[in-house]
Amino acid sequence: MNRLLKHREIFLVLAILLVLVLVTARFPRFAQPGNLLTIFNDTSILMMLALGQMAVILTRSIDLSMASNLALTGMVVAMTNAAFPGVPIPLLMAGCVGVGAALGAFNGVLVWKLNIPPIVVTLGTLTIFRGLVFVISAGAWVNAAQMSPDFIGLQRAAFLGLPLLSWFAIVVAALFWVLMTRTPLGRALYAIGVNPTASVYTGIDVGRTKFYAFVISGAVAGLCGYLWISRYVIASVEVAGGYELTIIAACVIGGVSIAGGIGSVVGVLLGAVFLGVINNALPVINISPFWQMAISGTAILLAVVLNARGERRKGRVILKTAESV
Amino acid sequence: MTSGTPTSMTDPILTLRGISKSFPGVRALNDVSLELYAGEVTALIGENGAGKSTLVKVMTGIYQPDAGEIRVAGQVVSLPTAHSASAAGITAIHQETVLFDELTVAENIYLGHAPTNRLGLIDWRKMRTEAQATLDSMAADIDAGIKLKELGIAKKHLVAVARALSIDAQVVIMDEPTAALSQKEIEELYVLIDLLKQDGKAILFISHKFDEIYRIADRFTVFRDGEQVGKGFIRDTSQSQVVQMMVGRSVDHIFPARNAAIGDVVLEAKGLSHPTEFDDVSFAVRKGEILGFYGLVGAGRSEVMQAVFGLTQTSGGTLTLEGRAIAPKSPADAVEAGIVYVPEERGKQGVITGEPIFKNVSLPSLGKTSKSGFLRLAEEFALARTYTERLDLRASSLSQDVSTLSGGNQQKVVIAKWLATLPKVIILDEPTKGIDIGSKAAVHEFMGELVAQGLSVIMVSSELPEVLGMSDRIVVMREGRVIDTLENTDLKPEVLVRLAAGIAEEQAA
Repeated sequence: MNRLLKHREIFLVLAILLVLVLVTARFPRFAQPGNLLTIFNDTSILMMLALGQMAVILTRSIDLSMASNLALTGMVVAMTNAAFPGVPIPLLMAGCVGVGAALGAFNGVLVWKLNIPPIVVTLGTLTIFRGLVFVISAGAWVNAAQMSPDFIGLQRAAFLGLPLLSWFAIVVAALFWVLMTRTPLGRALYAIGVNPTASVYTGIDVGRTKFYAFVISGAVAGLCGYLWISRYVIASVEVAGGYELTIIAACVIGGVSIAGGIGSVVGVLLGAVFLGVINNALPVINISPFWQMAISGTAILLAVVLNARGERRKGRVILKTAESV
Repeated sequence: MTSGTPTSMTDPILTLRGISKSFPGVRALNDVSLELYAGEVTALIGENGAGKSTLVKVMTGIYQPDAGEIRVAGQVVSLPTAHSASAAGITAIHQETVLFDELTVAENIYLGHAPTNRLGLIDWRKMRTEAQATLDSMAADIDAGIKLKELGIAKKHLVAVARALSIDAQVVIMDEPTAALSQKEIEELYVLIDLLKQDGKAILFISHKFDEIYRIADRFTVFRDGEQVGKGFIRDTSQSQVVQMMVGRSVDHIFPARNAAIGDVVLEAKGLSHPTEFDDVSFAVRKGEILGFYGLVGAGRSEVMQAVFGLTQTSGGTLTLEGRAIAPKSPADAVEAGIVYVPEERGKQGVITGEPIFKNVSLPSLGKTSKSGFLRLAEEFALARTYTERLDLRASSLSQDVSTLSGGNQQKVVIAKWLATLPKVIILDEPTKGIDIGSKAAVHEFMGELVAQGLSVIMVSSELPEVLGMSDRIVVMREGRVIDTLENTDLKPEVLVRLAAGIAEEQAA
């Protein structure tokens, strides 16, 4: 199965390279390092969100409320900054992570204690969080003029030639890699996704583990709330509307199984990069945004077909060894 | 079709001849034959794992036999799908009905063969009235228009019978239909079976309960280890003769001799009760002892063990481990206290398939193998290696996916996982169910080693040779209660079967 996953990741790398080659053939400047770093930077937020989503999907759940969480946290932090420009940005960011995690915990408690299916819980909170943005802002925008220069400037500051936003993505990805491969919680996320019943019999608290997954996705959404608002320098009710589907798309393209238990950090990052490249490359060669949507959609379907084929291949392996043993 | 004619009493409606069916590592059916006659009830009798369920699946088109032929009314038929079986007039009523809760009774009865009008659309009115007519002919007090979920299990069985009548089934298979019924409902079912008999249906009745079999069956067939070992007329055969056929078998392997010193009581249960599953269950297992739990399926043995393991909560009673009262609220509590449970459904409850061996083994021990919250893969590998080597696990590498292992080796992975937690009491639920003879012997040998090292083993098993070959003492359960606890010295298998099935002594003598 490991080899299969690597297969999938190599396949994604090839697909990304193919798009780059095709676009560069018509527009040579596209593949210049500077432009590639810009694409990476543009994709940073999607990468982080998709990693948070992966933690949830691994447990056979789904978090539809991430984009609304992001918008709500973003509005809270933008209004705080507008009202108290003196509050240091690191403190604001910590607050964002806290608010996001609390919203995620709300999802998690409903899933854990009340046993409501995650798709229903987060469909509800998707609307509730979005509604709360309107309630606290009264529908008003917070625009660039109301934000402090530090608030806007932090993620644009460069370190070793990369904007801080990219560094956030790199650090978050590293943390997720450690979480998924080097902690008991990461192991439990996979275990309950692969076989929830056996996990119970092994002494894993399935409900609590799902709760943690939602807290993680919420915290990531909260962090991205600040990053999104300070990047696009506008906080409004519409921020990241519908973006939850892009997040899930990045996961699926990256090889995360919607049935749970399968997915890797590298795969999800590549899935996000693939979407980022498509979205950046196609306008360059004058392809309409509608084609972009069609191509993203095709990529999702292809990814699912590949997943299904991968699982079938696994079945054959079982039979072969069962005969030989 | 042929009901009522004299030939139907002599020529079987359904004949199975030379049916064999194997699964990887297990031969489920070996050259078995079966005849079912119109207007008669044939009881299919056998221990768990004797091949009854496999046979039903062959007859209903779910499994394809490796060899043998099926004849319906003299004609050879092949049953590649469930649909072809019902087209051939064979239908099954299962222990838990396989009907659709959200559909109406009429829809359930006519699903797949609904009457249609000239346009090829479902004729709802006709379906409703015909369904009602069928139900009324059975004297079933059921409205065909309500949803199935509003009915109790007994009434659902009636719907299943109505469905059998509506497809003009000639053969009706009833797989432990009374398992979930009350006594009154069982009586109603008997009346219905009489109706079906009068209607000329051939009925295959599978049950563990001897009183039922002797009440309604005309003929019987006994299966043992996938082979047919006896058949005849119920009226000519005593219960003890049937029991003899069920258990009398050649010794297929020798159980390891054990000489573990038996010490003090380690785990003691007093009066464990559960609102619906079991009542007033008491037992004690000592250091170095194998305590067997014998009973029929549904006797409540696994349910008791799941409560001891903290999976379900008891409504009364106490558990004492090494003199300290414990009350595990979750499996994690039980493991912490030193009680581990190897579940019956290996694939569903035991191994995490799709994950490598070493991750399966280390899963409950991650606290031990990790340091300040971070996993240490080297430690995990070392742990997994230690315990899988002790069990002589055959695998090319510890990174191998457990789903590629045979059943016996998967069982070893589950046991290794628990041994690594250094338990005091290990509960094995049907430890050798569905695994090949070689692995069985290895598991048995290993159980001997466990007790020699001072562990206490509780073994739930429905296999008589295993219970008798391995246990120091045997607890027999029936219908959620402990019937007896016996020292395993010169015990006759018949004694256990009688206790478990509730057959009175004098009848069997």
